[in-house]
Amino acid sequence: MKRIAVVGTSLAGLRAAQALREAGYDGALTMVGAEPHQPYDRPPLSKEFLLQGKAEQDGIALAITDDVAALNADWRLGVPATKLDTAAGTVVLADDTDIPTDGVVIATGGHARHLPGPSVAGVHVLRTLDDAIALRQDLQAGPENVVIIGAGFIGSEVAASCRALGLRVTVVEALADPLAPLLGPELAQVCARLHPENGVSVLYGTKVTGLSTVDGRVSGVRLADGRLLPAEVVVVGIGMRPATDWLTGSGLHLDNGVLTDAGCVTPLANVVAAGDVARYWSAEHDAYVRQEHWTNANDQPAVAVANLLAGRTITHYRASGYFWSKQYDAWIQYAGRTAPTDEIRIIDGSPEERKFVATYHRGDRMTGAFAINSPKIFTRTRKQLRANATDRSS
Amino acid sequence: MIRACSLTDLPPGESVRVVGPVPVAVFNADGELYAIDDTCTHQDASLSDGWLEGCFVECPLHEACFDLRTGVPTGPPAKRPVRTYPVVVSDGDVYVSVADQTAADNGTAEVA
Ligand SMILES: Cc1cc2nc3c(=O)[nH]c(=O)nc-3n(C[C@H](O)[C@H](O)[C@H](O)COP(=O)(O)OP(=O)(O)OC[C@H]3O[C@@H](n4cnc5c(N)ncnc54)[C@H](O)[C@@H]3O)c2cc1C
Ligand code: FES
Repeated sequence: MKRIAVVGTSLAGLRAAQALREAGYDGALTMVGAEPHQPYDRPPLSKEFLLQGKAEQDGIALAITDDVAALNADWRLGVPATKLDTAAGTVVLADDTDIPTDGVVIATGGHARHLPGPSVAGVHVLRTLDDAIALRQDLQAGPENVVIIGAGFIGSEVAASCRALGLRVTVVEALADPLAPLLGPELAQVCARLHPENGVSVLYGTKVTGLSTVDGRVSGVRLADGRLLPAEVVVVGIGMRPATDWLTGSGLHLDNGVLTDAGCVTPLANVVAAGDVARYWSAEHDAYVRQEHWTNANDQPAVAVANLLAGRTITHYRASGYFWSKQYDAWIQYAGRTAPTDEIRIIDGSPEERKFVATYHRGDRMTGAFAINSPKIFTRTRKQLRANATDRSS
Repeated sequence: MIRACSLTDLPPGESVRVVGPVPVAVFNADGELYAIDDTCTHQDASLSDGWLEGCFVECPLHEACFDLRTGVPTGPPAKRPVRTYPVVVSDGDVYVSVADQTAADNGTAEVA
C-alpha cells in the first residue's frame, strides 16, 4: 500500500495516522478533515472549556505540533470529503479535488442532532469546537435562564458547567429514566440525584414541542403539557448521527454507521472504519455495535489499521467498554457490558457520600463496574474485568 | 529529600502519594522504584491512583500512559511529560529528592 487517506481528523483519525506510522507504513498519508482545526479533544467542550479561562484552545489539542509534523502527512483541513469513489479509487473533496488512494480509513465520527425546523439564535448544539465557542459566548453573557434539552451525559455535563458559571438551569428530558437502560435503575438514580443536589431541576418524561422567539432570538421552550419555560439560551443534547452521508453510493453498508466485520474492515478489504462512525460486528454482543466513547475511538484505529495493512482481517477489536463523565464535583466512571437487571454490589465507599465503587454481576460473573470519585479502586476493578474477559475468550 | 514511606509499605505493584512542595507519586515497579509528579499533565488526576504496568503508569481517568523512567507520555490525551525525581532507599525508608528534579537515568533506585 503506497497511498492511504484518512477521512476525519479527530481522535480516531489521528490515532489511525499514528498507528499507521508506528506499524512502519511509510507511504503517502493524506488527512482529510471537514473542520479547519488540528485534531482536538472533544470531552472538555462540555466541561472545563465552557468555564472562562480554563482549557483554552491550545490546551485541548490532541497532539503537539512536533508530533503532528512527525506524521509526515498531507493535511487537507476545512474541506469535507463528499464521495468515496471505489471504482476510481479516489476520495473526492467538496472543492472537487480527487485524492487517489489505495487504502481508506473512515473516521468521520458524527454530527449533532438538531431540533426540527430552522436554526434560531440562542439555540445551540454541542459537538465541535466552533459549537463550544459559540455556546460559551452566549453563556458568558449571563443569560437569566438556560434550558437544556436532553439529560444524557452531554446535557448533564453542560448543566453542571452552567451551574459553575452561576446560571439558572432547567433540563427537559423526554424519557422517565434516561440512564436506567445503561446503568440500571439504582445507579441511574444516583446520577440523577446529582442535579437537584446541585440546584438543577430536571423535568423527566417531558416532551418539547417548540420554541418561542422574540426578534428572531429564542425566548422560551414550549412543553407538551402547554407550559412555556423562559430561556435566553437553549442547549440541545439529543445525541448524534453518524457522519456517513458522504459515503452514499459507495457500495458500503450504511446503517446507523459504517458496517464492518469484527476487525473494523468493510466488505472492501482496503477500506476500514473506526471511532464513533464505525458499527462493527461484536461476537461478544452477537450484534453490530457502535460506541460513542473516547476510549473506543482511541483504541479501535490500531486494530483497523493493522487489518488495512495486512489486506485482510488478522485481528479483532474488543471494546473495553470504558467511559467517564464529569458532572459537578462527581467523576463518574463506567466499564463493562451490563444489563439493567444485573445484580449490583457496592464494594467500596457509599453512594450517599458520592464516593463509591459498585460492581455488576450476572450469575457468577462480574459484568461491569461503576464508580463516583474513586479512580484508584475503579481502575483496579476495570483491569480485573478486562483480565476476566481475556481468560474467558482464550 | 522527603521521606515517602517505609519500603515495606511500598511492595511491588504499589504506589504512594507524597505531599511535598509538589505532590509526587512513588512507584514500585517490580522492585525498581520511580518517582514522578503525581498530577497528570492532562487534567488533575492523581497518577498514584493509576495502573502500573511494567515501567509505565496509566492515568486512572483517561488512560494516558507515562514512562516512569522519562516521564514522557506514550499517547493522548496527555501531551506534556511529568517530571521525574531521584529516589533513594536508606535504612528501610524511601526518600524522594524533590528539590533536585532530574532526567530519568538517575531517577530510579535499585531495591536490593
Ligand atoms: C461535548 C462532548 C463531550 C464528550 N465527553 C465525553 C466524555 O466525557 N467521555 C467519553 O468517553 N466520551 C465523550 N465524548 C465522546 C467522544 O468525544 C467521542 O467518542 C470521540 O470524539 C469520537 O471520535 P471520532 O474521531 O470517532 O469522531 P469525531 O470526534 O466526531 O470526529 C470526526 C471528525 O470527522 C469530521 N468529518 C465528518 N464528516 C466528514 C467528511 N465528510 N469529510 C471530512 N471530515 C469529516 C468531523 O468534522 C470531525 O472532525 C464527548 C463528545 C462530545 C461532543
Ligand atoms: S487526567 Fe490523566 S489522562 Fe486525563
